[in-house]
Amino acid sequence: MSGRAPALLAGWVVGCLVLAAAPGCGGARGDEETVVRFWGFGREGEVVRQMVPEFERRHPGIRVEVQQIPWTAAHEKLLTAFVGQATPDAAQLGNTWVPELVALGALAPLDEPIAASSEVDPGDYFAGVWDTNVLDGTVWGLPWYVDTRVLFFRTDLVAGGPWPPRSWSEWRRAMERIRDAGGPGRHAILLPIDEWPQPVILALQQGAPLLAEGGRRAAFEEPRFRRAMDFYTGLFADGLAAPLDQSTVANLYQEFAAGTFAMMITGPWNLGELERRLPAEMQHLWATAPLPPPEAGMAYPGASLAGGSSLVVFRRARSPAATWLWLEYLSQPEQQARFLELSGNLPARRSVWEAGGLAEDPRTAAFMAQLEHAVPTPKVPEWERIATRIAQAGEQVARGARSLDVALAGLNADVDRMLEKRRWMLDREAEAAADRAAVRSGGAERSDGAVRSDGAER
Amino acid sequence: MTAVPAAAGRERSEARAAWGFLAPALAAIGLFFAIPLAGALLLSLTDFDIYAVADLGNARFVGLRNYLRLVADPLFWTVLRNTLVFVVLGVPLTLIAALGGALMVHSSLARLPGLYRTIFFAPVVTTLVAVAVVWRYLYHSRFGLINHGLGLVGIGPIDWLGEPGWAMVAITLLAVWRTFGYGLVIFVVGLETVPESLYEAASLDGAGRWQKLRDITLPQLKPTALFVAVLVTVQVFQIFAEPYVMTRGGPLHATTSITLLMYEQGFRWWNMGQAAAIAFVLFALILVTTGLQVALRRRGSGR
Repeated sequence: MSGRAPALLAGWVVGCLVLAAAPGCGGARGDEETVVRFWGFGREGEVVRQMVPEFERRHPGIRVEVQQIPWTAAHEKLLTAFVGQATPDAAQLGNTWVPELVALGALAPLDEPIAASSEVDPGDYFAGVWDTNVLDGTVWGLPWYVDTRVLFFRTDLVAGGPWPPRSWSEWRRAMERIRDAGGPGRHAILLPIDEWPQPVILALQQGAPLLAEGGRRAAFEEPRFRRAMDFYTGLFADGLAAPLDQSTVANLYQEFAAGTFAMMITGPWNLGELERRLPAEMQHLWATAPLPPPEAGMAYPGASLAGGSSLVVFRRARSPAATWLWLEYLSQPEQQARFLELSGNLPARRSVWEAGGLAEDPRTAAFMAQLEHAVPTPKVPEWERIATRIAQAGEQVARGARSLDVALAGLNADVDRMLEKRRWMLDREAEAAADRAAVRSGGAERSDGAVRSDGAER
Repeated sequence: MTAVPAAAGRERSEARAAWGFLAPALAAIGLFFAIPLAGALLLSLTDFDIYAVADLGNARFVGLRNYLRLVADPLFWTVLRNTLVFVVLGVPLTLIAALGGALMVHSSLARLPGLYRTIFFAPVVTTLVAVAVVWRYLYHSRFGLINHGLGLVGIGPIDWLGEPGWAMVAITLLAVWRTFGYGLVIFVVGLETVPESLYEAASLDGAGRWQKLRDITLPQLKPTALFVAVLVTVQVFQIFAEPYVMTRGGPLHATTSITLLMYEQGFRWWNMGQAAAIAFVLFALILVTTGLQVALRRRGSGR
């Protein structure tokens, strides 16, 4: 890494800004205390502070400084901090960001400390969620809490047929029933047209690979993806869903209570929100169910996203050992239970679900069933951008601006272009590896590059 | 004979002094304008992206590819058209609103000019993010005040932010509301510089209020109007916050402006090279448009 003078300057500036809240920016600390700087996002960053005193009591000599960053600024701030060489020791990370930060070389691998740990048991974690942190067989993050999407519905409005649905066709018939019974102004399901998780979940359920050739090429003209998009956009065409975007749904909870829509595909954060915001007399009128698979004979439930946040250690961490202790502490079952209590976020370890009664509560039990069928999205740094483009293709069809085939061809071409740089990087790396192998005459040396990943194909 | 070299010497030392006085300003311009500009131009010729952030060796020199890609991208043309619509709709509306408001504040009709000036200027200094929450409710297709008012006169509900065509109008109106106060303040100052004697003379000649406005006030305000027009044009070309907080550029990119596209490319996806290319296209556009405005004005006054 040469020619980094501007980056160093920026690093100094950003570093001082970042540490402005902390005492002694730029000056050496006189005491012998080890400091672990941790970034938490949104509400998690707020509640995790309450877990610090117990950790500091157990580990005298280590102090944890938590910095809270709003979710909307988190991604940008992480990248800026990386450029400025001002990353913290550890942070929480949306698990779809892991490939990006691994590509940057910002994170430290965790295989060794995990193998040596008596607290962290990989088998206790939901497999799909654990997998989001693994690239090329190396573990880069510890799942902190999990987040998948299930069906939230109004029990009174879905009555009158088989429920919960066991296949897409059963699900669709239920929606038609709701539409026909509700009259104008009622939609069967809320699918915010600018959100990518809904169409992507349907595609994952079909087993669509999304990307091909190890994440080098787009695979959106593939029949399974097309089937998923056909089902998704058909819901708009037949008036089962309205083409609303997130900003036009003024008050989700009021409209759910008013019966403007009977279902939505959303995540665990809405468990708490609905309990808080719906009036008491409506509390028995909503429930959750896992998502149906495409065909009746398939494994139930169908796939959903393996979302959530992971805990990571940065490569530039000042004291990796103390930082690992902090991660290990947050991963202990009793701390996971406490975090659940403080934040309402669902724990990543199964043992905590059993002990905490989450497996019995019917609303969270749907999440537990769904998490056993959670699938990671393609692990390429470009994923966020690709996902946004998928939502746009869905919107084009749903609003009638493009036919399905034209929209998918456009999506495929655009995503292929987004992956051009990745292909170039991978090819260059493969060439370099081949050269090295030729020099050593036959040594099966693997290159140590940062961007390799196993892509979408599982 | 000796006077000539002496004068030349004095001229030279004067020039030196002038450069000395200008040096700090020139240095600042060079440091904060010319160097970043050259850097950005260079950036626009590379594919600097997230991989290059990790290692500069991952950046490639791509020549004009970023520009060619822009030209080939239908989204860029949509965005360009959106921006031009913002300008064509927004600039005249802002000018008319600013001038109208200024005349009202300035005239003896308004009892409390200070109060009105404050009211009109308030949108300029309020935080857009806070204001956007209110506007989103005003525009709401079912519960919004605007649709409620339209309903009273028998006009059916309009999906202000959800319908691509109306979203453009809605964002423009918000932008006009937010910027016209600035022009208004400048117009008020301009009005105060119009000599009172002109109006007195016109009154003696028997001119009415409308004639005075047309033949004295407006011609006298021309330089001010040009200044405001250039200012507003530059501002509207760079429209960003309004679509960013209201619609995120949607629906179907109907309200994505050039600056918003640049932001997304640069800071959301970290395609710095592509974003820099967009910046230069915008720069060229603004340069040409304001140049045209100034030229038109020159021709107008040359007659």
